[in-house]
Amino acid sequence: MKIGVVTFPGSLDDHDARRAVRVAGGEPVSLWHGDDSLHGVDAVVLPGGFSYGDYLRAGAIARFAPVMSALIPAARGGLPVLGICNGFQILCESHLLPGAMIQNDHRTFICRDQRLRVENATTAWTSDFARGDEITIVLKNQDGQYVADQRALDELEGEGRVAFRYVVGRSVPDGPDTDAAQVTAPVKYDRFATRNPNGSYRDIAGVTNERGNVVGLMPHPEHAIEEGYGPSLDGRKFFTSVLRSLVNA
Amino acid sequence: MGIVVVDVMLKSEILDPQGQAVAGALPRLGFHQFTDVRQGKRFELTVEGEVTDEVLAAARSAAETMLSNPVIEDVVGVRAQQPAPQSPAAEPQAAEHQV
Repeated sequence: MKIGVVTFPGSLDDHDARRAVRVAGGEPVSLWHGDDSLHGVDAVVLPGGFSYGDYLRAGAIARFAPVMSALIPAARGGLPVLGICNGFQILCESHLLPGAMIQNDHRTFICRDQRLRVENATTAWTSDFARGDEITIVLKNQDGQYVADQRALDELEGEGRVAFRYVVGRSVPDGPDTDAAQVTAPVKYDRFATRNPNGSYRDIAGVTNERGNVVGLMPHPEHAIEEGYGPSLDGRKFFTSVLRSLVNA
Repeated sequence: MGIVVVDVMLKSEILDPQGQAVAGALPRLGFHQFTDVRQGKRFELTVEGEVTDEVLAAARSAAETMLSNPVIEDVVGVRAQQPAPQSPAAEPQAAEHQV
């Protein structure tokens, strides 16, 4: 199964995304932003980074790259597409996914291991998870605050299209069963213990389209696929999910 | 040579972190009268010749498709800006063609 990974000027994580595809058992194919063909791939990953310097708005200029003129109709036709971080921003700018990303509400760049809850395990990219699973992958962004109007948010929730949510308030041990030794042990201060890490509305970390073939999220599954690198191997399931969905299609 | 000025602002219901940063700093300089700050974007689009209605229409179209994202932003102005006047005394009013 061929999974294309698009490189835009300013993409950073295209190599890691291709590596993740390979580790999961797929065949990665490099796609170029200036090319108006998808070269027959079975699915596409839009990787993280700062396409076109994130000038104007994150993802705004990449959305009009030649490759997108092939990708947008293919995605509407059911091609599995995963947008990670900047790729998520590009999918929102392309109106393949609702909402938009603006600057983190605390105005600082963030880079951390982030706990997420899988809210929808029926999409092309999440079917190897179970609904309610908690995973830990890397989050790193400046413009990661997911926003949309109330109606769009209610629609997303009502249709089960919130794919991932930030898990908030799980960093500090508490409750009556807490071991005394744990309490006296130094607890690393976590400024995001009681709130999500970028101000995203309703703690939304990722969303999907109606059909479940297009998924976008801010955190980076491609950085959590190999022993010794990243906080877990939880990222692998994104890529094994899509390979399985392609086999079953 | 003509110039079209396009102004884009975040929608009022969207939090503006940049504006808040500025609003937080102003009182430190003694500016206490400003209760809120919102920061927008101004684009200057240059054309050969005059800014015609056609040019304005094209600018409006560019503003709506690329210069702004309608999910989070509003195009609050698309107008022609006249070239700098020859002498300050004869300064004409800039032609305003609001959206």
